[in-house]
Amino acid sequence: MRAVSNVPDLKTPPRWLAFSLLALGLAVLPFLVDAGMGRSWVRLLDLALLYVILALGLNIVVGYAGLLDLGYVAFYALGAYVYAWLASPQFGLHLPFWAVLPLGAALAALFGVLLGAPTLRLRGDYLAIVTLGFGEIIRIFMNNLNAPVNITNGPQGINLIDPVRLGSFDLSQSHQLFGYTFTGIHLTYYLFLLFTLMVIFISMRLEDSRIGRAWVAIREDEIAAAATGINTRNLKLLAFAMGATFGGLAGGLFASFQGFISPESFNLMESIMILCMIVLGGMGHIPGVIFGAVVLTLLPEALRYTGDWQRELFGRIYVDPADLRMLLFGVALVAVMLYRPAGLLPSTRRRREFADAKG
Amino acid sequence: MAGNLPSGEPEAESTPLLTVSGVSKAFGGLQALSDISLQVNAGEIFGLIGPNGAGKTTLFNALTGLYTTDRGEIRLNGLRLDGRKPHQVLKAGLARTFQNIRLFAEMTALENVLVGRHARTTSGVVGAVLRLPATRREEADSRERAHALLHRVGIAQHAHRLAKNLPYGDQRRLEIARALATEPQLLALDEPAAGMNPAERAALRELLLQLQADGLTLLLIEHDVKLVMGLCTRLAVLDYGVKIAEGTPDVVSRDPKVIAAYLGDEAL
Repeated sequence: MRAVSNVPDLKTPPRWLAFSLLALGLAVLPFLVDAGMGRSWVRLLDLALLYVILALGLNIVVGYAGLLDLGYVAFYALGAYVYAWLASPQFGLHLPFWAVLPLGAALAALFGVLLGAPTLRLRGDYLAIVTLGFGEIIRIFMNNLNAPVNITNGPQGINLIDPVRLGSFDLSQSHQLFGYTFTGIHLTYYLFLLFTLMVIFISMRLEDSRIGRAWVAIREDEIAAAATGINTRNLKLLAFAMGATFGGLAGGLFASFQGFISPESFNLMESIMILCMIVLGGMGHIPGVIFGAVVLTLLPEALRYTGDWQRELFGRIYVDPADLRMLLFGVALVAVMLYRPAGLLPSTRRRREFADAKG
Repeated sequence: MAGNLPSGEPEAESTPLLTVSGVSKAFGGLQALSDISLQVNAGEIFGLIGPNGAGKTTLFNALTGLYTTDRGEIRLNGLRLDGRKPHQVLKAGLARTFQNIRLFAEMTALENVLVGRHARTTSGVVGAVLRLPATRREEADSRERAHALLHRVGIAQHAHRLAKNLPYGDQRRLEIARALATEPQLLALDEPAAGMNPAERAALRELLLQLQADGLTLLLIEHDVKLVMGLCTRLAVLDYGVKIAEGTPDVVSRDPKVIAAYLGDEAL
């Protein structure tokens, strides 16, 4: 029997065609970007994929279950540190990435449950404050756990983290494949793309399932959800754990990609940025969240070029691009919230909701 | 008007489904429920009436685990319900609706009913992600039942509309469908006819009688005296948190205490 959950979309082109075009586009994208915009943009593409994973993880907690979590970056940090501990000279361990990544994700999931448990009775603002505190606690721990036993190497961070290696195939080196040169950042793109697709797939499957519906029910009305037979405690913890798993996964990928991590990378701004991605893109809507993550990764970088634009327009630089960048970024956020309050790509539901509110 | 109902039926023939004994609940200095005892028998429509603030909804909340009771015992089929969490109460077989409709507004009518299947289904994260055969079977079964229930309460045409966009009367029906999806033995309805027009009330009445005919036991809070008197097998009357009467509608409606407290002169 075919699933009949949503109204069928009549105008979409044949599925296989859309999928093949998309796959082809994603496969050649790094080369197009490399040729057209330069290598640094391919690197940004890699980062954008990481943020897609992070945003989809937070989307489970905030978008589906409706739990406003401002400390999400803690799980990103945990995943990154687990990777760094087990695959760097820090403890002299060099385990392969396929063993370390799941460990990082699992530890993050465990902490998702541990940090989620005390917040179960909190809602809205109160939950946000407590999770914000947890996020900072993890960061401060990482910052200070260099004495008496040096675990995290403190503010200096951990360096020389192993890149992803499959046997003797080092993903950080350039390789000649099929007559083309694939640099490390190109190969990383494909690795990240693989994980991103996996996370998208899991998110989609969860959304349209017994578990996903229970999350949304809790978001909509927690008391009614409980009275309808949902064990709200377990399902909230599951949401925290699932979100944290994706965060931990992204953290491990980030550590292997950068080769260096420090507590600096996991501050409150990062949590807020990820939250912005899902709010801006369209909360609870997978395409919107992906779009928001990509836009918010690339936009601040694009705004670095405001210096060049000023020189072209006025012949000199009036405002430091670094200052202007955050200003314009802020303006862009405000504009989106004013003109598209449900996000850039809202789910059909939210679009309808806001249309109803207006009409 | 209550004369056409069986009155004085021998109690021994009916089996108790819900037994409430000595339940009390206070909020600070306010004694919302004092030593309430009543018994709902399998297959009946049991009415709970009383003036505003008499403690009817408080009793519902105590029954369904939303409030903890101070004293007393609640049993469904002999199984203790007091002290359990709402989802455990539901799983034991007691479902409810709310006085102020509490649907999942941003979900479609169908999804609302599917949420009702949660307690009777088991698939988890792994099943959902991998779409295991068992999960698919379960999901197909849930959808089939959900569609059937929407049809049954008469809102099949709204299956894919958001709950909040449904007309008021249909929202009440949807809440009943969601509760039925949990396969309850006892369905507790908190003012299901509130805000309905006469036609909707008549349809609701039909629906409740059908449910009873299908073997479901109903516990009903209702202000509409006509509806209650015509529908209920037995009634309990609460006033200021105290049960002042219990019995068949004609017995209750003749009780001077009830008349004084609630029904007023026009009911006579």
